[in-house]
Order: sequence, then structure tokens, then C-alpha cells
Amino acid sequence: MPFKIIASQCTSCSACEPECPNVAISEKGGTFVIDPKKCSECIGYFDEPQCVAVCPVDNTCVVDTSLPRYQARA
Amino acid sequence: MDVSALDEASSAGNAVGIGEIMQAIAEHKGCGTSGGSGKASCGSQAGQGDLPTEIWDKVKNHPCYSEEAHHHYARMHVAVAPACNIQCNYCNRKYDCANESRPGVVSEKLTPEQAAKKVLAVASTIPQMTVLGIAGPGDPLANPKKTFKTFELVAKAAPDIKLCLSTNGLMLPDHVDTIARFKIDHVTITINMVDPEIGAKIYPWIFYNHKRYTGVEAAKILTDRQLQGLEMLTERGILCKINSVMIPGTNDQHLVEVNRAVKSRGAFLHNIMPLISAPEHGTVFGLNGQRGPTAQELKALQDACEGEMNVMRHCRQCRADAVGLLGEDRSAEFTSEKVMAMDVKYDLQMRKAYQAKVEEERVAKVAAKQEEVAELASEMSDIKLMVAVATKGSGLINEHFGHAKEFQVYELSMAGAKFVGHRRVDHYCQGGYGEEGRLASVIRAINDCHAVFVAKIGGCPKSNLLKAGIEPVDQYAHEFIEKSAIAWFKSYLDKMQSGETQHTQRGDAAIRQGALSSAA
Repeated sequence: MPFKIIASQCTSCSACEPECPNVAISEKGGTFVIDPKKCSECIGYFDEPQCVAVCPVDNTCVVDTSLPRYQARA
Repeated sequence: MDVSALDEASSAGNAVGIGEIMQAIAEHKGCGTSGGSGKASCGSQAGQGDLPTEIWDKVKNHPCYSEEAHHHYARMHVAVAPACNIQCNYCNRKYDCANESRPGVVSEKLTPEQAAKKVLAVASTIPQMTVLGIAGPGDPLANPKKTFKTFELVAKAAPDIKLCLSTNGLMLPDHVDTIARFKIDHVTITINMVDPEIGAKIYPWIFYNHKRYTGVEAAKILTDRQLQGLEMLTERGILCKINSVMIPGTNDQHLVEVNRAVKSRGAFLHNIMPLISAPEHGTVFGLNGQRGPTAQELKALQDACEGEMNVMRHCRQCRADAVGLLGEDRSAEFTSEKVMAMDVKYDLQMRKAYQAKVEEERVAKVAAKQEEVAELASEMSDIKLMVAVATKGSGLINEHFGHAKEFQVYELSMAGAKFVGHRRVDHYCQGGYGEEGRLASVIRAINDCHAVFVAKIGGCPKSNLLKAGIEPVDQYAHEFIEKSAIAWFKSYLDKMQSGETQHTQRGDAAIRQGALSSAA
């Protein structure tokens, strides 16, 4: 269940980018995006997802429920 | 290097005595020095003799560290640090309006390379720009690579420019050595509390060591780190200014305690700013109806803290990409697009020559004031009153009443004229305001003043001001502010003595939300 950034809420502050242990976050078209293939939800690195913990706008870094594998599990 | 270069520039025009005179005046203003020759009326280090020359050299051309300097010298911020590591209830990073102006808001982010180019462009266009600060829009030390890269590039290209940064302090202890190595002489730390219980009402969370902390625990870490960072900086002789946001009912009384805590750790200057909170800003305080202080409340707190240490009253709470004198904002002239199109030639000699001129002006202004103060000695009165001044800078009464975006406020007494604040009166983002509405809000903003000094004023506003009990004064157009204010005060006292007028107390005044905006 990788995380995604809701572009309309992203302030493009870049705080998440250096915190990601998987280097999954990059700037794209003015806001930041998470590469779902690289995102590990920080499991094995930290107690909480770093992008969620550092993001200044609540509910902007969220689990991407639209992905097929999430749909299958649910 | 930067300091000695400026020192040279200032002494080029006037061989002797500038330092002494400037020091005397800054000391009187309660901003920019501590101790001083003779009485340490507002010094932060009681018992210390003259302010050491090296400290005076650091502050005399820094508009934020010396009230006197802010009439003459400009600063700029470059917005290279967008990320932040704490959340404050008075800040909303999502808010975005081109006309908005307050800390945390910028029009565009810059890379360190773009920032360096912009600094050179501004330095060439505005030779009195002496200070480069990094103040966000997030926290400079939450973006250490971008911040220090920018300082490195600027130090190389424009070695006479002073470097300065403003931080929330959370990561400060980790970077103090780097700050010292980059010769950053001035660091501002925003400290709103030293009691975590109060901190929990201001900071919902911090991000520290890969973890989000909330509540009292977060505030405890933050205050510990801030005070540790402050101690480490002052140990190294780096000048520290403390910014505190005055939040009525939350930390207003507590800021006296904060003042003591930072003073004891060697802070140089305390800047107590009014909370900016309007619902449309979308901040927690804006939305929950937390009000800001009135002009009287702010002044009372500043006065209470001034006995303890130097208090800054000329802060305009500017944007993280502000350019120009503190009371103006020329950032719109230096957008990335415009900067890239500029043919920039960095001419150090030209800058030095210009600054030598500025120093001459400063000396003339101080001399004029001293003369008037001497005149005042023949009077006897315990009256204190405030006056508003329309100025475009240089310490002169040189702005029309109707064009003023802000008024500077001076307190007049037997001790002379003392700068005690400023009131913003422009009307950005408020379409549809008529002349009458504007006049009414100007009067509200300077309602605690007995007179308003202007270069020129129309007949209609003149009569309205008189009706409101504020005397419009235009006879000192284009003269020095303090000299004129004292001369007026002298004649006011004379009129009272002869029984021609009676002294009355003025009411409170409103502080407008927001800071100066380029779009105003």
C-alpha cells in the first residue's frame, strides 16, 4: 500500500523529499510525487511514514487506495 | 570582511566621531546597542561600559538590528528554504495570494544559484542594500543544503553583504558551527514560549529525529533546542535577535518571562510582534477567532520588556522574499524573470560611495536632533505623547498623507523623540474601499497620536483629522523627523503653559493585519 501525494493540496515545500528513506519522492510539474514502486511506507526504517509525519498539510500524503492490489485486499 | 568594508565606506565621508554619535542615538532608541556610555537606559547588559566597536560595526548598517539604520539601509530575503519542520498555529503554508504579505508567504521559490543572481541584481540597483537574510518561507535550517549553498555563493560574489538567517531554532544546535564558519553575524530565533504547557497551545506538532511529536512533549523539545542554540550562538559572539509573536491570552504575559530567559542567555535584541490572524488566512488562530493585540497592548508589553533588554519596534513582519527598506517592498521589481533579463554589474566602489553619502545624511540627522534636544532642556513637563509621521525613508518627513502606506510613530517627552512603532494603512486585497473608508481606517490606525506629520495634505482629510483630535502638521515638510517632532513638541508645551491648549489623553489604536505588500 504505497503512499501518494494529493497534488491539489501539495504546497511544494519539498519537506518530504529528503526524508524518504527510499528516495521515492521527486518534484514533477510543480508539486511532489511518490514513485509507488519505491514506496515501502517506511516499514523497516521508521515507526511512521516520514512523508506523512513531516507534511505541513493534513491528509495530503495518503495511502493510494486506487491501486489494484489495494482494491483486491479490501 | 564585510564589516570592515562597510566601516571603510562610512569613515570615508567623515573622519571622526560618527561611531560615537550614532552609538549615542541608537542607545537612546532602545534598539541596536546595549549598555553605552553613561546611562544604560535600555541596555541588556547593565554595568557594561561602551558598546564594543565590533558589535556596533555589526549592527550599524543592519536595518533589522538598528532602528536608526532602518531609515537608511535596506535588506533582502531570498526564498530558498521552503521546507519547515514545525507547525505553528499562526502559520498556514497552503495560503497563497500574490498580494498577501507576511512571514511564510512568497511568490516564487528560488534555487541557490537563482538567489545569488538576484542578490547581485538587487545590490547593483539598490546600493544601500546591505543585508541578505534567509527566512524561509519554511525554516532555513530545515533546508540546510540550500541555505548554506546560497550563503556560499553570495559570500563569494558580493563579500560586502552581511549574511543573516531567521530560524525556529529546532535544528539550530546542529548547525551553529556551520553558521560560524560562514561568518553569519546575525541569527534570529523565533521564541514564543519557554513553558511547554504554553507551547502546546501554539505548536500542534514538530518533526524531529524522524518522528512527529505533539503537545507538551513537542514544545519541550522545541524550547530546549531553541535555548541551547541561543547559548551556543552567543558563546561564539554571534548576535542573536529573538522574535516573539504576541498572542493575547496565550503568551502575552508569559513573554516577559521569555524576555528574561533569552536575556540571561545573551540575546542582543527582542522583537515582540503582534499576531497576524484573519480568518481568510486559514491559520488555526485565524479560524478559531484568536485576536491580535491592540497598539496599546503591544506597546505596553514592549515597554515592560525594554527595561530588561533592547526591544525592536520597527519590524514590518516582512515576507520571506522581501526587498528594500523595511517600510517598502520592491520584490515585484526583482522577479526571476526580470532578474534573468538584467545585465548585472557588481560595482563595489559605487556601493561604497553611495553608502558614504548615506552616512553623511545620518550624521546630519543626528546633529539636527541633538540641537533640538538641547533646546528642550529649558522646558519642564512630564507629558508623554505620540505623533505619527509619513515618511519614505532617510529619516525625513517626505511623504504625502494620502500616499502613505504606513505611518511611523514616535513618543515625545522631555527625553526627546523615541521611535515606538509603525502603523500600516494600505488597503491591499480590499477592493471597493472609498476615500472616506480609507480616511476612517487611517484615523483608527493612528488614533493614539496627537499629531500627524506629513509633507503635504489635502483640505478634506485635514479637517477630518482635526475633528478626530489629531493635528495635521505640514510645516516641517522634507525636514528631519526627530528634529521636527521635538520642535513641534516644544511649541506644544509652550501652548499648554500659556493656557492656549489643554493636554488630553488619546485612546487606543488598531493594528492592521499583515505586513507591507508590494501590491499595495
